[in-house]
Amino acid sequence: MTHVTGIDYAVMGLYFAFVLGIGVLLRRSVRTSEDFFLSGRAIPAWVTGLAFLSANLGAQEVIGMGASGAKYGIATSHFYWIGAIPAMVFIGLFMMPFYYGSRARSVPEYLKLRFDEKTRGLNAVSFATMTVFSSGISLYAMGKLLNLLLGWSFDASILVAAGIVLAYILLGGLTSAIYNEVLQFFLIVFGFAPLVFLGLRAVGGWAGLSARLASAASANGYAPGAYTHSWAFMDHAAHNPVGVEWFGLVMGLGFVLSFGYWCTDFLVVQRAMAANSMTAARRTPLIAALPKMLFPFLVIFPGMIALVVTPPASPRAPSAQVAPAPGTIVTAPAAPAGVVPPKLDPATGAPLRDARGRVVLDYDLATPMLLLNFFPAGLLGLGLTALLASFMSGMAGNVTAFNTVWTYDLYQSYLRPGAPDAHYLRMGRIATVAGIAISIAAAYVAASFNNIMDFLQLVFAFVNAPLFATFALGMFWKRATGHGAFAGLVAGTLAAAVHHGLSLPAGASVGVKGGYLGVLATFPSELAQTFWTAIVAWVTCFLVTILVSLVTRPRPEAELGGLVYGLTEKPRDTVAHWYERPAVLAVGVLGLTVLLNVVFF
Amino acid sequence: MTLDVRMPIGVFFGLVGALLTAYGAVTRHEPGAAPTGVPIDLVWGAVLLAFGIVMVTLARRARRLKGP
Repeated sequence: MTHVTGIDYAVMGLYFAFVLGIGVLLRRSVRTSEDFFLSGRAIPAWVTGLAFLSANLGAQEVIGMGASGAKYGIATSHFYWIGAIPAMVFIGLFMMPFYYGSRARSVPEYLKLRFDEKTRGLNAVSFATMTVFSSGISLYAMGKLLNLLLGWSFDASILVAAGIVLAYILLGGLTSAIYNEVLQFFLIVFGFAPLVFLGLRAVGGWAGLSARLASAASANGYAPGAYTHSWAFMDHAAHNPVGVEWFGLVMGLGFVLSFGYWCTDFLVVQRAMAANSMTAARRTPLIAALPKMLFPFLVIFPGMIALVVTPPASPRAPSAQVAPAPGTIVTAPAAPAGVVPPKLDPATGAPLRDARGRVVLDYDLATPMLLLNFFPAGLLGLGLTALLASFMSGMAGNVTAFNTVWTYDLYQSYLRPGAPDAHYLRMGRIATVAGIAISIAAAYVAASFNNIMDFLQLVFAFVNAPLFATFALGMFWKRATGHGAFAGLVAGTLAAAVHHGLSLPAGASVGVKGGYLGVLATFPSELAQTFWTAIVAWVTCFLVTILVSLVTRPRPEAELGGLVYGLTEKPRDTVAHWYERPAVLAVGVLGLTVLLNVVFF
Repeated sequence: MTLDVRMPIGVFFGLVGALLTAYGAVTRHEPGAAPTGVPIDLVWGAVLLAFGIVMVTLARRARRLKGP
C-alpha cells in the first residue's frame, strides 16, 4: 500500500475546490431547462470538442486501455484509429446536421421526430437504464482501486466522489459538467505525459520498449513484433494477442460498435448539441478527433511499459515479483512481468496461475502501478488526481445524459406533459439526485454480486449493437418507417442475444461468457466473439428495418424536412478561415489517422 | 457564457505548478524525491505553471477584446 503525502493531498484538495468553484460560478447562468440540460446551446466548439472527448474518457478508458496495452500491445490502438476516428468524422460531417438542425433536445427525441413514439420510448428507457448503471460501475471501479492501492475506505471514496459530482451538476447543470470535462482533459494530459516520458526513458525509448516486448511476445508464442505492430499480424486470429482477424476487427469494431457508440450515444452527442452554432456542432467531434488519435500514447503506452519495465531502485509501490504458491510446480517466467502485479486468489491470497503454470497478471493495475513506481510525492498527487478526475467526469457525463433523457423523453412525454419550464428544470435537478443515488446503489450491487454487473453489461451490449443501423437508415433512407425501426431494433437485440448464446470464447465456461443456448461456434477470444455478435445484430437490424419498412406506410416527405438526407438543405459553414471548415478538418484528421496506422503497421 | 473556462483552468494549473515547483526545489536532494533520477516535480511544476499563465493570459485577452 502506498503512502500518500501532504503535497499529494494538497493537489487533490485544490482540484476538488476548483470543480466545486466552477459549479458555484456557473450557478447564475442556469435559468431555464435548456440552460440546465443543453447549456443554452451557447458553448464554443473547442470547449464542446474537448468535452466530447472527455465524456468518454472515464475510468474504463484510462485504466482499461492501459490494461489492454499490457495485454495486447499497440494493437489496442485499433480502439482509437479504427474504432473511433472514422465514426467521429462521419457524425461531424453527415449526422450532426440532423441532430442539431432538427432542434431535437436528445437522441431519443430525434427518433421520435424521425420515426415515432414507440421507437423513442424504447431507446430512452434502454439508454437511461444503461447510463445510470454504467455510472455505478465506474463508481465501483474507483472505490475498489483506491481501496486496493491507497487503502482508502471504499464507502468514503465513492460517497465523497459522488457528492462532489452531485454538487457541481446541481449548481451548473450541463455547462458545469462540460467545463469540468475540459479541466479533466488537461489533467489527464499533464498527469500522464510525464509517466510516459519517465517510463520510456527507463526502458530505453521506443527501441528499448520494442526489444523488451519482443521477448514478451516470443515467450507467449507470438512473433517478436506482435506487441508493437498494429496490423502486421491481423491476417489470422491466432497470430496476434487480440485474437481477432482483420475482417472481424474492421467490421465489428471499426464499423458496427464504433459507429454505434460515437454516432448514436447521447452521452457524447449531448456535448455537440450544446455548441453555439450548427458549424460549431459539426466541428465538435472533429476537434475531439485530433487529441483522440494521440491518446494511445498517453493511455496505452503506460500499460505496454508497465509489462516490461524494471522498477526504479527505491520503488514507492510494492514489488510485482511473485513468490511461488505452495504446492505448485515452478516454471520459468513467460516474460519479464515489469510492475504488473499478479491476480490473487480471493480465497487463499496466492497468485493465480494458468494451465501452463504461468502467473496470471492483474492487467487492470498496470497503469496505477507504473504511476506508483515512477512518480515522487507531488507528481503522484497530480497523477492520482487525473485518475480521480477521469472517474468523476465519466460519472458526471452519464448523470447529465440520464437527467436529460429522463426529464425530456420519459417524464415530459409520458408522465407530465405540458408543465411550465420551471417544473422541468426542477425535475432535472431531482433526476440528478436520483441518478447519483442509483449509481451509488449500483456500485454496491457490483461490489456484492459481480456477475450481475457482468450480465447487465452484456445486455447493454446487445441493445447498443444494432442502433447504428436504425440511425443510418433513418437519416439516409426516407422510406424507413417507425414500425420498421422498432422491429429492426428489437430483432437486432434478440439476434445479438442468440448469437452470444450459441457461441463461446476459447477456454471460457458456459454462462455469462456465452454458450447458454448451446455451443455452435467457438471464437479464439472474447473480443472476437463480441465483434461478431455486433456484426450479426447490425445486419439483422438493417435487414429487418428495410423489410418491415417496405411493407408499412412511410411518412409524407413534407414531414421529414431537416430529418433525412436529401430532404434537408445542406448546412452552410460559418467560419472565419477556410481551415476551420468541417470538411477540411475531416480530411486532415483522416490523413493523420492513416499516417499513424502506417507508422505502427 | 459569463465564465471563460480558460480562467479557472489557468488558475488551477498555475497554482498546482507553483506548488510542485516549490516542493520540487525544496526536496530535490531528499531520498525518494527523484526515483528515476529526474527532478520531475521541479521540471513538470514549471511546465504546469507556464501553461497556467498562458491560459489566464488568453482568457484575459479575450475578455479585453470582448469589452465590458
